[in-house]
Amino acid sequence: MVGGALGKIYRNGEIIIEQGQTGDSMFVVQGGRVEVLQNSLKGGLQHLAFLDSGDFFGEMAVFEKEVRSATVRAAGEARVLRIDKKALLTRIREDPLLAVNLLKTMSHRIRHLNEEVARHRKTHL
Amino acid sequence: MHSTQKSVADSFSDFVESEEKDFTLRDGSRIAVVGGGPAGSFFSYFLLKMAQAIDLELEVDIFEPRSFGYCGPAGCNHCGGIVSESLVQTLAAEGIVLPRSVVQRGVESYVVHMDVGDVTIESPVHERRIAALYRGNGPREGGDSELESFDGYLQNLVTGLGARVVPELITGVEHRDDRPYLKYGDGKGGQYDLVAMAAGVNSNIINMLNELPGDYLPPKTTRGYICEFRSTKEEILRILGRAVHVFLLDIPRFEFAAIIPKGQFVTVVMVGEDLDQELVHAFLNDPVVRRTFPTNATPCVCSCSPLINLGARKRPYGDRVVMVGDSGITRLYKDGIGAAFRTGKAAATSAIFHGVSAGDFEKHFWPTCRNIVNDNRVGKVMFATNAIMKNSRLTRKAMLRMAQKEQEKENARPHMSTLLWNMFTGSAPYVEMFRGTLRPGFIYNLLLSVGAALVPGRKKTAQPRKKAA
Repeated sequence: MVGGALGKIYRNGEIIIEQGQTGDSMFVVQGGRVEVLQNSLKGGLQHLAFLDSGDFFGEMAVFEKEVRSATVRAAGEARVLRIDKKALLTRIREDPLLAVNLLKTMSHRIRHLNEEVARHRKTHL
Repeated sequence: MHSTQKSVADSFSDFVESEEKDFTLRDGSRIAVVGGGPAGSFFSYFLLKMAQAIDLELEVDIFEPRSFGYCGPAGCNHCGGIVSESLVQTLAAEGIVLPRSVVQRGVESYVVHMDVGDVTIESPVHERRIAALYRGNGPREGGDSELESFDGYLQNLVTGLGARVVPELITGVEHRDDRPYLKYGDGKGGQYDLVAMAAGVNSNIINMLNELPGDYLPPKTTRGYICEFRSTKEEILRILGRAVHVFLLDIPRFEFAAIIPKGQFVTVVMVGEDLDQELVHAFLNDPVVRRTFPTNATPCVCSCSPLINLGARKRPYGDRVVMVGDSGITRLYKDGIGAAFRTGKAAATSAIFHGVSAGDFEKHFWPTCRNIVNDNRVGKVMFATNAIMKNSRLTRKAMLRMAQKEQEKENARPHMSTLLWNMFTGSAPYVEMFRGTLRPGFIYNLLLSVGAALVPGRKKTAQPRKKAA
């Protein structure tokens, strides 16, 4: 049985969020592992990352009204907790410091992305 | 020359005065947290996290004589043990994931039981977002190796950040040289730059606060009743499922009770302002309650009648002293752990970013408490209205019918279901619930249901609608 007792169980390969769809919530992995994928230019899905217990995804939908930028599916059985946009924004309004943990992860992802871009440029120069 | 000398003297005097009146925490400041339950742990957690973020080194001592590794009263904090939907989400957003060993049951629905029928109210998003758990290491005779204490889990998080747990009983609190001084059980003592009182309302320490300067009137309290029954995991799952069972019964003086499944135990929680053994027996022997109980449940293996905070502490702060959780302000009847989180974090934020004077807490901590106090006022109105409605068979039938209709129809707007869900789970502020009752749709459907309830019919148990794909 997958770790964590809260949230919803997703079976191996089950899609949790899909790229291009609208969303009104973010998700936190409670147990197991999920895979982040993006549609590739050549067709099919390209692996971006694995996320484990405590990691979150889908947070962009909380802060902007864009469609999902990636697909996330369960890699093995995974338990995932949904966090409602309205509930989260209400709590952030009462307690702005709640956003700090989200900002930290988003900042870490931008740093990682910058490193990826730099690596990509190097290999194509 | 004379004026220059005076100026230097004035400057020195100002410097000394400002040093004396300096209420900011600095590197090496000592903070005592009296009580190692959720309020104390949340306060310490955020205090240390924020201090680390601004490179501030603090010494945090948590005074907790109990060990949460013990079963029964020795390691228990006398609580029903429900972490609300909103707090589960907030903790997750803060990066705190409750492990399976702590969560005894992930709750996905509430079943409302009345003499006129039952209704199952599903979680609005069809997932387990409420945690049933044990604050300590389970009831007396527990001894379940799979069980981990919630309070112990939080305490481990905090010690991981550098806090020290001191297994000492605090026997006195004084003010010495403008700083709080704690007297320990072994006769020694220590002076601190800030004391956070998080010992709840069931500790004697709350009465010692009168020795401190300030206006520390303790909150109004009442007694609740908590009892644990043992059965088997399979039987509990078969009878109670993954639902918390709540009861709206027309028993004289009865206000509210819930049966919560937790592994191989079920917890019975009763709250009300006029609880006694007679009322407890009347409830446990009510036919509606009897049919909800696991058939092979042993007699009560562990019980207590803890004090419950019913009103706001008049001024839950002073210079270098702040009260968090039940010691100060908490939510009426519901979500005490959520209130411990909110007040603990607000007090920590004030201490780190603003200061630890009464004025700092008034400006930066009290607004969070005031929101809870104001919401509780609306809560009192909601509970009073609920008491009136549950005491009339007609309104009980109307409430049941309205909730049943909403649960049976896929696209029905869940007016009554949302109200009952929030009322029982404590997931939303009372103000939000009250607003919901003013919606035309709620009033219209309630009147329709009252009309339908006037027509005699047979008792019905609603089946929840099919889960969304």
